[in-house]
Amino acid sequence: MQDNELILLGPWELVLAAALILINGAISLLLRLDLERRLLVASIRTVVQLLLIGLVLEWIFFPGRPWYVITALMLAMTLIAAGSAVRRTGYRYRGIWTDGIVAMASSSWLIVAVALFGIVRPDKWYMPQYAIPLLGMILGTTLNGISLGLDRLGEELDTKRDRVETLLALGATRWEAAHQAIQRAVRTGMIPLINRMMIVGLVNLPGMMTGQILGGVDPLQAVMYQIVIMFLVASGASLGACSAVLASYLRLFSKDHQFLAERLVKRG
Amino acid sequence: MSTDPLLEARAIGRRHPDGRRWLLEDVSLEVHPGERIALVGPSGSGKTLVMRALVLLDPLDSGEVRWRGRAVRRDSIPPFRRQAIYVHQRPAFAQDTVAAALASPFAFRAHRGRRFDRDRVLDELGRFGRDGSFLDKRVRDLSGGEMQVAALVRAIQLEPAMLLLDEPTAALDARTAAAVEARITGWVDEAPDRRAFLWVGHDQAQARRMTGRSLAVDAGRLADGPW
Repeated sequence: MQDNELILLGPWELVLAAALILINGAISLLLRLDLERRLLVASIRTVVQLLLIGLVLEWIFFPGRPWYVITALMLAMTLIAAGSAVRRTGYRYRGIWTDGIVAMASSSWLIVAVALFGIVRPDKWYMPQYAIPLLGMILGTTLNGISLGLDRLGEELDTKRDRVETLLALGATRWEAAHQAIQRAVRTGMIPLINRMMIVGLVNLPGMMTGQILGGVDPLQAVMYQIVIMFLVASGASLGACSAVLASYLRLFSKDHQFLAERLVKRG
Repeated sequence: MSTDPLLEARAIGRRHPDGRRWLLEDVSLEVHPGERIALVGPSGSGKTLVMRALVLLDPLDSGEVRWRGRAVRRDSIPPFRRQAIYVHQRPAFAQDTVAAALASPFAFRAHRGRRFDRDRVLDELGRFGRDGSFLDKRVRDLSGGEMQVAALVRAIQLEPAMLLLDEPTAALDARTAAAVEARITGWVDEAPDRRAFLWVGHDQAQARRMTGRSLAVDAGRLADGPW
């Protein structure tokens, strides 16, 4: 076998890897963690879900798929990401789903457009091996940014309602009264990514980069891709957190400089 | 009364957020310069809601609030709230020290061109038996009564024309409560041509001493009070 040839995996290799889960099972039995069933379900789900997505990707990656197929898939991915971003927040208000979808779509699509048309520039923007994974990675972190930001804003406003209303009563505009809460919410949405950028390459090698290297790509090329990805996902998360937080600010504060506290409902 | 009212509410009402019943209904009132008015009524009757509605902290479903003869809406609301300050019964401070909390409103656009005046505040604190060390205290170390004093001083130093005071002596000892009583009535008497206050308090004897007339709040409606 030549050095630069890709090692292909078959069913036998998968079975070997899956056998490693027996270690977890043994630990669970030994310490009576009562996790065997969940381990089994999780293992099966891993195999089934990934194989399914593999089939979908293989179908989509078949050369010559028209742009609208790719766009439809991207749209579906965006909606799923927006849904899980909102579902992770501990607060609800009327319109939060709309806000989540708009924030998710506007920020991730803007970033992915910059990536496809400006940075990576594939022959056709909808070449799936570029468009789909790029969008996927951006959605993943934007989802985090949005859910953390919205959750923190809800908590700030809910627990500090008296403060916000005191500021309004002393003549603050709605922006002045909400400013501290907004600031904290957007910060909370951005900080995980800043932390990740701080330690990337030192503590962990990002999965995408590792994957490219395993796939035979020159490490320096893989690193350059990873740098681009880091900046793409970081700006996606910040934009997402910022737009979601501002959208909910506009829902929870009226133009008459009132805090509409009864619209904000804590979950469960 | 011959003077023009400072504050006027014309048939203001507020609906319950998820029902058709009214929390406040058809509330009308005029507050003229020099007036000292008490809102009385059992707890839960809506006294706080009336005050909040008067400074438009809650959205109104009917009627309008007028300040010095002009309807208050949208971007005239913050400057209006600068002049008619509602003092919450549970004061809240976003800052670390009392001094920072008292200085913070001057950063608002509505207070542009005015500055925190330490001497003025010290003079005000003296009326409540506090000195400069009070300013250096941390807000989280304040007792409930001290918070009410700080909130009152914060409002007065902003030189409003009207104060809407919601149970301002609820957490105070008798001596400080008497000081607040004297200060609030004195504050209007200093400039009766341009100041007024609205008072909510559980102590009816105190309210009767302090005010010239009363309005009764009952189930979200307003009527003439016992004096």
